[in-house]
Amino acid sequence: MSLLDILTIRARAGRQTLPYPAGPVTLPTRFRGRPILDLSRCSEGCRSCSSACPTEAIGFGEGGLHLDLGRCLFCPACTEACPEGALRFTDDFRLAARSRAALRVQRDEPLQVASLEGGIRHLLGRSLKLREVCAGGCNGCEAEMNACANVQFDMGRFGIQWVASPRHADGLVVTGPVTEAMRGPLLSTWEAIPPPRLVIATGACAIEGGPFRGSPDVHDGVGDLLPVDLFVPGCPPHPLTFLDGLLRLLGRLGPAPTR
Amino acid sequence: MLSLHGATAAAREAVPVLPVRDFLAAATEALSSGARLGTLFGRDGTSGETALCAVFHDDALGRSRVVETRVRDRFPSLSPSFPQAQAFERAIFEERGVVPEGHPRLVGLREKPDRHPFFEVEGDGVHEVAVGPVHAGVIEPGHFRFQCHGETVLHLEIRLGWQHRGVARLLAGGPDARTLALIETLAGDTTAGHATAYCELFEALAGEGAPPRAQALRGVALELERLAAHAGCLGALAGDVGFLPSASLLGRLRAEFLNATAELCGSRFGRGLLVPGGVRFDLAETAARALADRVESAFARVEEAAELFFETPSVRGRTDGVGVLDADLADALGLVGPAARACGLVRDVRHDHPGGIYRFAYLPIARAEGGDVFSRAWIRLREIERSAAFVAEQLRALPAGAVRAPIGPPRPNRIALSLVEGFRGEIGHVALTGPDGRFERYDVTDPSIHNWPGLAMAMRGESISDFPLCNKSFDLSYAGHDL
Repeated sequence: MSLLDILTIRARAGRQTLPYPAGPVTLPTRFRGRPILDLSRCSEGCRSCSSACPTEAIGFGEGGLHLDLGRCLFCPACTEACPEGALRFTDDFRLAARSRAALRVQRDEPLQVASLEGGIRHLLGRSLKLREVCAGGCNGCEAEMNACANVQFDMGRFGIQWVASPRHADGLVVTGPVTEAMRGPLLSTWEAIPPPRLVIATGACAIEGGPFRGSPDVHDGVGDLLPVDLFVPGCPPHPLTFLDGLLRLLGRLGPAPTR
Repeated sequence: MLSLHGATAAAREAVPVLPVRDFLAAATEALSSGARLGTLFGRDGTSGETALCAVFHDDALGRSRVVETRVRDRFPSLSPSFPQAQAFERAIFEERGVVPEGHPRLVGLREKPDRHPFFEVEGDGVHEVAVGPVHAGVIEPGHFRFQCHGETVLHLEIRLGWQHRGVARLLAGGPDARTLALIETLAGDTTAGHATAYCELFEALAGEGAPPRAQALRGVALELERLAAHAGCLGALAGDVGFLPSASLLGRLRAEFLNATAELCGSRFGRGLLVPGGVRFDLAETAARALADRVESAFARVEEAAELFFETPSVRGRTDGVGVLDADLADALGLVGPAARACGLVRDVRHDHPGGIYRFAYLPIARAEGGDVFSRAWIRLREIERSAAFVAEQLRALPAGAVRAPIGPPRPNRIALSLVEGFRGEIGHVALTGPDGRFERYDVTDPSIHNWPGLAMAMRGESISDFPLCNKSFDLSYAGHDL
């Protein structure tokens, strides 16, 4: 195997990086992104979707049906259970939000991410180093976080990078429901990051425990332990969902288009 | 002992309950005559006793055997004679306070990993290196404690449990709306593997099966999972030895297989595809053919990128003869999957205990002799080759018919087990239903339970700087171990 072989193979592979965010990206036809709820289709007293939901993400409160994207695993259980087609998943991968409350959707509401305030945005907007801590997840989020750094998604082109040492980091990406065993190591990592520092709760587990919510061995996410700046729903979140959330947080993209 | 073949169920009273002495004699007889210990777990017995349930797999005969005993607060440990029992006995000790007497290293397996003392080597120039639970990369947490002399590792103790989220407790009392989500995240990169084991076990308990087309699609999902994981592993190995052309190409090509899975079910990790009774999504013939072409084309590019890796002398210098594990030790530790096959052991659930589509479609077993990092890498390329051919073949000739059949609830007072060859090796699930048909106990054995000690032994006498490479060559799960 000569250097020439390596270069030939490399040249044949061509440009591997997705055109995102400048150009269009193609998602699989069955991709389950932001759900749309159509309350007018709900029949009186029907609870089929909420009883099929593995994580109690669907509720019936004031104003009727609502769905909590922070709990949602984006599985097909509810759409399959609904006899009226009142819920459906779209291919909108923009799911991140700055507040926990904003993740609760009721109809057809694109999610907005306000960019960081002037000073910190000026500081981190063009160079963001992140330390990830897996605090009890299944390794699904880790796999997608690693994919963000590969040549296809290539978050390095936006100045976003994973770093090993918390001392070099501007923010903490938390995955997993925070097991009791990882609570200490997670908080130590956070303390080792010099302020100003961001916290990004990634995946249903980190947001509110995911499928493990209520287990005596977990803390149902990072929300009660650290101040979260960005919530990225999904199980696991698609790399584009994560990238989109970060880029909007940094003010690198405009607001999500409304339909 | 009760004999079972493949994913089958039996009445619970058919499991013999032996006195402890006879139980140990039966275990000794089975393990001395070629059977492997699939799982050994404790659960509530009557009047404060602990019921111990052991499952043995006779690969040559394609059968599994189940036997039980009742113990109070102690029993003679099997581990001194059969090291493959060590993790199971530690879990029993941890969960139930029952002492396996004579266990060589009786510390907890997965609860409170920060509480137990480490094994220490003493002597002139001996020093200790501690790594984790938070590692340099974006990976799962675990703690590695090395006892070193200079750069040479004398002993490695692997302390896991940081990912322990109490899944066994959450699964008990099921099946319910949450069960599938828990199964799919036992080890998040093995969704198809664990979901297949669960669905086959559920179907055995209900006394019904999945339609042939669903079984074929489950096989496609399982092999796509293997393709993605193996391609990713080879890419990561290339990264660990600093050979960036293959690292970058394979890191990208892994996505081809993940995206193929997403074409099938919308999720790159196969979430939402499998359900008891079949699969949720079908493929039209044109889509199936297009997917087959895509997988074949991806394989050709993976092969090219992997061969770059295998034929580069500087790579071979870092992989050949590094982290060697011999077949006898691998066998004694009870290793499974590619890690076992790389030492020359012939064991593969798809061949020895075939379920679902594997009863009708044959996949040749890949095997290597070296037991080193090179063998563990090389065997993955061979498995990629065979899985890609299998996926393309299945997709071009999917059986006709429905992909999902109606299925009833699990029947009461049953025991069932299922075995699936995930990309890391043998996945074993055992369920016991109570009088109400609910899971009284749902026992999960991820292949990582069997294989972590293999990594510890492969590191003995090696240079500590080769640890990341050796670790990646085993490619084990923390979540699947910690549960």
